[in-house]
Amino acid sequence: MSANPFDWRRMPFLRLASIAALLFLYAPLVVLMVYAFNSNKVALIWDGFSTQWFVKALGNTDLQRAAINSLIVAAVATPISTLLALPAALAFERGRSLPGRAFGEALVAMPLIAPEIVTAIATLVFFEAIGLHGGIGNVILAHVVFCIPFALLPIRARLREMPRDIEDAAHDLYAGRWQVFRLITLPLLVPAIVAGATLAFVVSLDDFLITLMVAPAGATTLPVYLYSMLRLGVTPEANAAATMLLLVSIAAVVMAYAVSPRGTAKR
Amino acid sequence: MSGEPTRRDRALLLATPALATIVVLMLLPMAIALAASFLTSTPYGGVTRPFTGASYVRFLYDRDLDDVLVFDTTYLRIFARSFIQAVLATACCLVIGLPLAWYMATRPPRLRQGLVLLVTIPFWTNLLIRTYCWVLLLRDQGLVNQVLQGSGLTQAPITFLYSDGAVLLGLVYASLPFMVLPIYAALEKLDPRLIEAAYDLYAGRWAILKTIVWPLAKPGAAAGTLMVFVPALGAFLAPDILGGGKTLMIGSLIQQQFSTARDWSFGAALSMILMTFVLGALMWHARQRSGRVLP
Repeated sequence: MSANPFDWRRMPFLRLASIAALLFLYAPLVVLMVYAFNSNKVALIWDGFSTQWFVKALGNTDLQRAAINSLIVAAVATPISTLLALPAALAFERGRSLPGRAFGEALVAMPLIAPEIVTAIATLVFFEAIGLHGGIGNVILAHVVFCIPFALLPIRARLREMPRDIEDAAHDLYAGRWQVFRLITLPLLVPAIVAGATLAFVVSLDDFLITLMVAPAGATTLPVYLYSMLRLGVTPEANAAATMLLLVSIAAVVMAYAVSPRGTAKR
Repeated sequence: MSGEPTRRDRALLLATPALATIVVLMLLPMAIALAASFLTSTPYGGVTRPFTGASYVRFLYDRDLDDVLVFDTTYLRIFARSFIQAVLATACCLVIGLPLAWYMATRPPRLRQGLVLLVTIPFWTNLLIRTYCWVLLLRDQGLVNQVLQGSGLTQAPITFLYSDGAVLLGLVYASLPFMVLPIYAALEKLDPRLIEAAYDLYAGRWAILKTIVWPLAKPGAAAGTLMVFVPALGAFLAPDILGGGKTLMIGSLIQQQFSTARDWSFGAALSMILMTFVLGALMWHARQRSGRVLP
């Protein structure tokens, strides 16, 4: 940089502390994966690389059913929440001076702020109070709610950094509101919408506590099934199943990050 | 831009579907849970009339053999433990997160993005699995004990699991990204010339941290504190998996009321008390924000 006697960017303590913090974040995940790929049944003795536990986990019919439930819930909750989030993002970003916007934003942020356990029991009591016994439908409804704020994040971020000139130019050229949206705004938003949908999908796929409380028998999702599996003890099969879910989430997030405009997936 | 009323009205309408969904599926359920906390539990789950404040009384008092109310600290102690654990977890995250965020913010842009992704990934992965990983490390036959015994440091396995320490570790592990990302977002905007100017004016490292870095990091740290403290206060997985259900926290206590204990009214009352704490934390954060110098 400059000709300073010492460079303030070079801070050996910070470097060490940061590497340690990142190791702290990742070492446990690596340990899980190593255990899952270990051919020895006693997870502690390394006996060579093997995918046998993955084969066993994939052959477990209960696990299959739970995984299918998870996919159904995420596949339905994702488009619904994204379709709800898209117009809301437009309202919040393009109607900045609207009265009640702050209140609306606080409302949409509610699923992020309320402790999960409270949301979970409130939803459970609500479904019971109105007598809604829709099986997996109940789970989907519960997921849509907390997926909305996550789908909203990248779309809002994109709208915020998108220059308004293009839209205004189209307006000046007598394009109707709908035309402007369809021909200008929407195409520019596509990457952010994909990113938002991916985040909603991941959040739905990963949700445990709300599903645990709300899901009736037969609508168990993968994380809830994994929980019951882990309660019975540490098995290589459970490690393999957990590893698969972990890898799917990581792949999806990396994808969302790659398609979204610079760094919007982080907030 | 034109600000004619029709366009603004339409913009408001666009948010309606999302807001209506959250009102019906979140705000209304909260209201119903509040009502349920004032009703009486039925033995098989669910609530019924009469209206009563008994669930809130039960939080502080127990009925002895003569059916007399006696002050009882069982539940207060669980709340106190949760509060202490959440405060400790927040403090640990701050201590670990601040240097990491500062390091990230001072890297060149490309590396910076990679680091942000690295910190973000755990945030999006399954919390159950991330908590469970620590069982693999900490249990009696776990990796840590294997290494300790293998290296001859200890003879018998040390019991790490099912302790307050293990729960705290799980809470810190779960929440660290929530602390790092807001602080990073705040520090990212820091103009390096400020620091160089300070160096040129003979400020030491400590003076720079205190007078330049920390004031800028503070709003991020306040947001991070909120985002770590609130989930930690109501945590279920860490106390359940790493605490083995032995050391209850608010989250696991509430969950218990809806599973084994089947006392929905009491569970709803506990949830409402927890929500009061959360609102308190939110108000604290709002005050921090309004008091800050830079927007």
